[in-house]
Formats: sequence, structure tokens, C-alpha cells
Amino acid sequence: MPGLVNGVILRLTFRATMGRRRALLFALPAIILIAVAAVLTATAKSGSWQAEFLGDFGFSVVLPLTSLIIGTSVLGAEIDDGSIVHLLATPVPRAQVVVSKFAVAAALTIAFGAVPEYLAAAIAKGPASGLAVGLLAGALVASVIYNAVFVMLSVLTTRAIAVGLLYLVVWEGLLANLVPGVGLLSVSQYSLSVADSIAHYPALHAHLTLGTAVVLAVIVTAGALAIGTRRLARFSITGDA
Amino acid sequence: MTSIELRGVTRWYGNVVAVNDITMSIGAGVTGLLGPNGAGKSTVLHLIAGFLAPSRGELTVAGERSWRNPGLFRKVGLVPERDSVYSFLTGAEFVAATAQLHKLASPRAAAARAIAMVELTEAQDRRISTYSKGMRQRIKVAAALVHDPEVVLLDEPFNGMDPRQRLHMMDLLHDQGARGRVILLSSHVLEEVERLSGTIQVIVGGRLAASGDFRAIRRLMTSRPHVFLVRSSDDRRLGAALIGSPAVSGVELTPRGLQVRAADYGTFARQIAVLTRDCGIRLREVLPADESLESVFAYLLAS
Repeated sequence: MPGLVNGVILRLTFRATMGRRRALLFALPAIILIAVAAVLTATAKSGSWQAEFLGDFGFSVVLPLTSLIIGTSVLGAEIDDGSIVHLLATPVPRAQVVVSKFAVAAALTIAFGAVPEYLAAAIAKGPASGLAVGLLAGALVASVIYNAVFVMLSVLTTRAIAVGLLYLVVWEGLLANLVPGVGLLSVSQYSLSVADSIAHYPALHAHLTLGTAVVLAVIVTAGALAIGTRRLARFSITGDA
Repeated sequence: MTSIELRGVTRWYGNVVAVNDITMSIGAGVTGLLGPNGAGKSTVLHLIAGFLAPSRGELTVAGERSWRNPGLFRKVGLVPERDSVYSFLTGAEFVAATAQLHKLASPRAAAARAIAMVELTEAQDRRISTYSKGMRQRIKVAAALVHDPEVVLLDEPFNGMDPRQRLHMMDLLHDQGARGRVILLSSHVLEEVERLSGTIQVIVGGRLAASGDFRAIRRLMTSRPHVFLVRSSDDRRLGAALIGSPAVSGVELTPRGLQVRAADYGTFARQIAVLTRDCGIRLREVLPADESLESVFAYLLAS
């Protein structure tokens, strides 16, 4: 997407995000995931824990939390401290700002969330196993969609982390599992359905067909980025003097 | 000729009117926006820069509306008030990145030129996080000038600058203004804009209170009636004596002392000591009651 991505913003965002001490925070969930997978592989007796652990803990906790930390920081941190004004006081189209920062966020989440998910599955079941490949595919999808949503949130509100946590805990965590139909609007369901189409594990609790999941994933991603762009185009500096 | 035009511009937030019915035209040269804190200077600058939408009225910069028009930044440079810049970058990297975002043909050369203008060449390879406040201001100015804009907006640009740096910055801005650029800067300190050769627009309480060159504004401010609080051994007798002087336009007995409104500050200052001596009254205290910048501005607004 040459027209939507700006090389300068990609570089600046990458340096800004990795330079903050938050970068250490990104790695923490991943380290825990891989360590627990290694321990369970060595000690567990039954054969179905992998899908449950990697699906539930990996997809419902590690990936979304990593996306939340990264996705809300690539743009949100600059909006909070006001440094975004330097970027916005240039002729760069707002869509390029949003999409470029989203691209960095998705790439970092893949590195710190999707790849560890794959490594954990590889430790548990083998690197070429259906589970490992399926979970990688699902994690890639989740990294993309979650970051589109969280980048959008960081433009809409200064409380993006709180709102994002609420969304993850209440919507994805509770309602998506309890209320039928909510799965149609659940990012974890889209990604689990993609994973399950390759892995075929009922323990992943995927309820959507692949076709439905992919279409909805594209709509949510594009929609979130469009809303974020529209809102950034109306960015206002308010208050004092 | 490039200019900034405001016609009846108003901006409110709920019940609060931040800027009220401002009409002004700003052309080439340096124009100062002067006013106390909270007067609306930053609001005016943000409206002009397109970072706020007017609630009412019309605003154009170089003939174009600024709201939701990022392309206008090809002609406009902004130095925001907030201190935050990408502090992990060096000065040179920051200005060069800005040049690249403006799609300049030779971003590094343009950055070097802009950094030389603000006298930061020696520090350009240091991280901005190591810069003093004055240096941060200057690197922000360099980034705002790198693309050679027709209009430059500066929000409290002298914050953190020592007098020498302020003088140099003012000379730089004058030079840019003399080349036909529209330079608009805001300040709440009269002395900061005293070397301004152009127009000063005084904003108080969201309204345009006065407009003119520095000397005219200063005259308006110093020729206003001054209010003093005088305490003596006999305030009533002193009041009766003072009201006979043409330099005094009013006296009022208050529990805190005698409130004297002096129409002619200089004459009053010379006469009060003589008067009290001639009347055999002991003068205890003479305090100016309205020397704050806010009361000065309020007077301008009221008149």
C-alpha cells in the first residue's frame, strides 16, 4: 500500500516505541507463555492441554494484552505528550499517519505475540504440527485486527488502555463466550476460527466458519483504521492561553 | 500577498467562550499577539493553524481554510507551546525528518540551513533530551522554518530563552518578516515584544482589546488612570487636599486606606509628598493597587 504508508513515520514510530522502557513490557507475556509451555510439555500427562492453554491463555490473554500495550502506545503516547503536533503540522495525509503507525504496531505484536505463540506451540506439539501452524496463522490475524482497533481507540480517547482492557475482559472474555451472536463481533473468534481451520482442535472453541471470520476481520480492520483516520483529521488542541 | 484573515471568529467550549468575535487581518512582517494567560492567544493560534475549528466566523490563511486542510502546512510552519518533541532524536534528525515529511528535495541540506539559522549547529548531533529548554525552543523553530513557509506561527516562543537568545530569535523573525513572510507570535510578557517593529494585537478575555505598534500600546497602558492605596495619619484631610489637584481624578475612603485614582501618574507622584508635608500629614504608605498585567489588560478591554 505505497500511498498509505510513510517511511519516515514508520522509522520514527519504531524508534519511539522500542526506545521507551515499555519495550521490556512487550516481552514479558511472551516469555511467560514460552516458559509455561516448556514446563507443561515436560510435566503434563494429558494430551489436550496444549490447545486449551495456547488457545485460552495465548489467544485470550497474551496476544490481546501485547496488542493493547503496543497498539495504544504507537500513537496514543504521542497524543498524550503533545509531540504528535509536530507530525500533524506537516502536509502528511492523516491516513498515512494512522496506517503507518498501525503497521509498526502490528509488526511488533507479531514479533512479541504471534511468534512466541508459535514457538510455544512448536515446543508443545512440534514446529510443523497443525496446531503450531494454525495458531501462527490465527495469531497473525489477531495481531492485525487488535492493533487496528487499539490504534483507533487511542485516537478516540485518552483512556485507551482502560477502555481496551474493559473491551478485552468484558466483551472478549465474558460476553463472547456466554452470549451467542457476540462471536460475530469478537476479534478472538475471528483469529481462533482461522487457527482452527488449519489446526482442527475443538478445544480451541472456535465457532465461526473461515469465510465469515475472514470477511468480518477485513471489515473490522478497515473500519477501525477509517474511523481512526477520520478522528485524527479532526484532531484539536484545546485549552489554555 | 499572503495574509491571515479572521472575520468574526468565535470559539466556545460548552458555556465557556474562549475567543469572542475576533476580526483581524495579519500581513507580512512580525505581528505580536499579547495578552495575559488564559486570554485566548493560543486558541487564536490553534484556530489559524487548523488545530481547532471556529464555532462561528470565517478564517483563512493564504486564501484557504485551515481546518482539516493538512496541505496548507506546505505554506505554514508552527512552533507549538508544549515542550515535547521526539526527544530520542538528535536535533539534526528531528529537523531532517520534518524536512522529509514535507517532501523537500534535499532534506538534510534544508535541515542544516534551518539549524544554522537558530544557531544550533554545534549541538545538532546531540539528543534533544539533553537540550535545555531554550535549545528545545530553537530546534522547534528550525523545524518550523525548514520548508521555507510563507506563514510562521509561534506560541510563546521565548519561553525558557535568556535575553541574548531572545534578541537573536527576534532578529531572526524580523529578518524573515522583512522577506515578506507573515510571522505571528504570542506572548504574555510586554517586554518580550517591545522590540517588535510591527503590530501588536492585544487579546484579553477572548476579545481583541487593542491594536497598534508597541509604543502606542505602551502609551495606552501607561496613560491609563493609576490607582494607589495611600495610608497616612489623616486620610480624610489628605483626600480633601488631593481632590483639589488636577492630577487626581478621584478619591475614596476605604477601611484599608485612601484609594486615589491618579489621571497623571507623574504629576501625582511629584505632588503627594509636597501636599502631605504642607498639610502637616504624615505619609505612611503609598502602594500601586493595579500594577498587575491583568489589571492593565482589563483596563484596555474596558476602554
